[in-house]
Amino acid sequence: MSVVFYILAAMTIAGGLAAMLLKNTVHCALAVTVAFSGLAFLFLELDAQFAGFAQILVYVGAVAILVVFAILLTRGSETPKDSVYSKNWLAGLVIAAGVFAVLGWAVLQSAAVLPHETATPTVTVLDIGNALMTRYVLPLEIVALLLTVAMIGAVIVALHEKTEAQ
Amino acid sequence: MTPLTGFLLVAALLFAIGLAGALTRRNAILVLIGIELMLNAANLNLIAFWRYGPHPEALTGMMFAIFSIAVAAAEAAVGLGLVISIYRHAHTTDLDMMNRMKG
Repeated sequence: MSVVFYILAAMTIAGGLAAMLLKNTVHCALAVTVAFSGLAFLFLELDAQFAGFAQILVYVGAVAILVVFAILLTRGSETPKDSVYSKNWLAGLVIAAGVFAVLGWAVLQSAAVLPHETATPTVTVLDIGNALMTRYVLPLEIVALLLTVAMIGAVIVALHEKTEAQ
Repeated sequence: MTPLTGFLLVAALLFAIGLAGALTRRNAILVLIGIELMLNAANLNLIAFWRYGPHPEALTGMMFAIFSIAVAAAEAAVGLGLVISIYRHAHTTDLDMMNRMKG
């Protein structure tokens, strides 16, 4: 385990924790951007350059801006008077802790049988493009259709309602 | 501890943080952020298994992660559109206040 991994893991976890714990919603959006950046650097650390830069473009670029826009459009930046947590927060916390305990136990138990290839994979963007255009061309087309439908759907859902309908 | 175990533990912790946020926060946008964190933790698992698995040249885990990123982006766009639509209707993004299915 390298030092870089520990620094990036700490950055990602700290960003995620801050995003879920801070009171101000805008601060949460900025903290989650830090977590997304940390994940992108973890992808780069795993020699997955294409996924890392896609993560930066999609999450740090697009999703973070989208979240900030939604927060500002819904006046969510105002910190509520009472608690920012739901009434049954204890149950949620217990469920999350249980899930983490089970996942961590499973990972540590199966550590001996997990694969550990050490050779760095030599995968270029050209290989990924070739795979996308040959073997994975049908999923690619479906994702293209899905993105189009999602974009049109999001615009229609967020359109102003007619005032006469009220 | 092998490198793969470390990445899997980080992903598990990130998933738990996202789940805790999605279950406990009252703001609908922060619940969506929690869901995004969970999706990202799954992506980290996919990439880690691709890197340390036996056949990285097959690109299976990498492709899964790339398609997962695309689907998560579509989910975020539709989810935030729905939050804005609900806010227009109910004038709140507080999930504890949304207790009616009839408009």
